[in-house]
Formats: sequence, structure tokens, C-alpha cells
Amino acid sequence: MAKLTIADLKKIKDKVHSETSLRAGEHRAKVTVHMGTCGVATGARAVMDSLMGAISEANVSDVIVTTSGCAGLCSQEPMVTVELTGQSPIVYGNIDANKMRQIFMRHVMQGEVQTPFAIAKV
Amino acid sequence: MLEISLHILDIVENSTRAGAKTVSIDIIEDTERDVLSLEIRDDGSGMSEDVLRRVIDPFFTTKTVRSVGLGLPMLAQAAERADGRFIIESKGGEGTRVAADFKLSHIDRQPLGDISATLVTLVAGNKDIDIIYRHEHNGQTYIFDTREIKKELEDIPINHVTVLNFIRSHITEGLKEIGAEA
Ligand SMILES: Nc1ncnc2c1ncn2[C@@H]1O[C@H](COP(=O)(O)OP(=O)(O)OP(=O)(O)O)[C@@H](O)[C@H]1O
Ligand code: FES
Ligand SMILES: [Mg+2]
Repeated sequence: MAKLTIADLKKIKDKVHSETSLRAGEHRAKVTVHMGTCGVATGARAVMDSLMGAISEANVSDVIVTTSGCAGLCSQEPMVTVELTGQSPIVYGNIDANKMRQIFMRHVMQGEVQTPFAIAKV
Repeated sequence: MLEISLHILDIVENSTRAGAKTVSIDIIEDTERDVLSLEIRDDGSGMSEDVLRRVIDPFFTTKTVRSVGLGLPMLAQAAERADGRFIIESKGGEGTRVAADFKLSHIDRQPLGDISATLVTLVAGNKDIDIIYRHEHNGQTYIFDTREIKKELEDIPINHVTVLNFIRSHITEGLKEIGAEA
């Protein structure tokens, strides 16, 4: 791998270790982007990019980002599930990069469910 | 799919669903031979000969509702459209190998696209799976190996957002260094 790897990872390790909230295993939210074939074909990866970008801009590191497989709801892809710690997960459908950004800023950061895009409360 | 890297994301999803522990992805760009080749190998549950035969038949689907074709037939079609070939081999209990090649200069060949976005997405969703990505461009090679990263990170999960951002830059830089251009 490229030369810079190890030095940079050490810095990352120190930075993450200094963040007490994560040391205690706490996080603000978990965001899952569904990555079934229909989702991938209709822009789920761009939704993931948008989410990662929004997290970087907000400069937070206590959000867990993950993916899941096919949810069997092709017509609603790309789909995203937002689970604020201690609350019921909200599933959003037909998400694109802009809607993802809005969901991150309003729902993840401020706790306001974005009802126009929500399709289910699990 | 608009990019080969999106096929990769989709095909590796099959591997993770099959319980793979390690997935290897190999890309070779060979300008002289005018070939772009892709190979994905996993150590998942594999398929019986019977399932394997049906999988390459585009009319076979186990799902009832869908708006786009199946993952594997879509990749097979993409390769055929670009004068290439598609091969799938699998053994129950051992794993699966999917290979596709494309004529590099073919007008209908999809771009490779954003490989770092695909790999970041795969790592984010599959922190316990090891992913080894190897990209060769006219003799120069870039390798991304989650095992090396995990060794350095120790107790920090590889899917931590700070680590994912690092991985994205690392791959983007690494591919630039070898002059990847497909
Ligand atoms: N790497 C693999 N290991 C084991 N079985 C596999 C693998 N890849 C594919 N299969 C089997 O082949 C079937 C067809 O795969 P394919 O990707 O074409 O469609 P799918 O995954 O069923 O649906 P889609 O990809 O459209 O969501 C899968 O359902 C699975 O049974
Ligand atoms: S993503 Fe469409 S059926 Fe799974
Ligand atoms: Mg599939």
C-alpha cells in the first residue's frame, strides 16, 4: 500500500481515541443505506457519498454508517433507515443525494423526522 | 448499471450474502492487449451445479417483484456488449469466482467509475469481511487490503466514519499514482 498509510492511521487512531463518546460506545445515530441491486442501479451509492459528505461537513464522528442488502421493496429504492439512539427507526424511500443531505441535517442532527420522505416507522 | 464499479458493488453483495469471510477483487487494465478485466473471488457458501446453471440463464429469477434485471446477467450483458466474456465458477462449500472482461476501447464499454466510492460502501457495510482490491494498470499495481488497515487500527472499527474518509482518499491517491484511467 502507499507509503503514507501507517503514519496517517496512527493519527486517526489517536483522534478517535480522544473522542470520549465513542470510547464509551455511545453514538448519536445509525444510518443504513440499503444496497440491493435495485438500490445500486438507482443511485444508492450516490446517497452513501452524500451522507458521508454531510457527516464530514458537520464534523461529527458519532454517527454509524452502514449498509444492508435487498429489502424487497424495489419501487422504493434507494432506501435509507435512520435510527436515532433510543428511538424507533424511520425508513425513507426514493432517496437521492439532496434528500439524504436534508435528512442528515434535519433528522440526524436536529431530531426532526422528514415525514414527506418517510415510508415506515419500524 | 452506469459504471463497472456499480456492478462490483452489486456482485460483492452476493458474496457477503453467501457468508464470505474474504473477498478479492482484481482489475487489470491492459492497453496493449486492449482489455479491461475484472475478477471477484469469494470464500462463501458457493452454489451447486444445478443452481449455477440456472443463475447464468437471464430468465431465472428467485424474486417476484423487480424493476431491473438480476445482478449477474446484467454484468454478463455488459461484458458481451463490449466484446468481452463473462465466466462464473462455483463450488458448494468452497466459494465462487466471477470474471468479466471488456474490450478496453469499445464504445459501449462502461467506465470503471468511482472505485473508491464502491470500496468505501463495501467496507462500511461489511466491517467483519476482509476485502482485497488489486488494480493493475499497464504493469503498475495498487493494492488495498482491509487486513493491513485493521492491523493498524487495533480496537477502532474499520467502518468508523473517520477511517472511511481516510480509506476513500487512500484509494483515490493510489489509483492516481498508477495512472488508472479506465
Ligand atoms: N457469490 C455467490 N455465492 C453464492 N451464491 C451466489 C453468489 N452469487 C450469486 N449467487 C446465487 O445466484 C443467485 C443469482 O444472483 P444474482 O446476483 O444474479 O441475483 P440475486 O442476487 O438473486 O438478485 P439481485 O442481485 O438482482 O438482487 C443468487 O440469488 C444466489 O442464489
Ligand atoms: S433491491 Fe429490488 S428486490 Fe431487492
Ligand atoms: Mg445479486
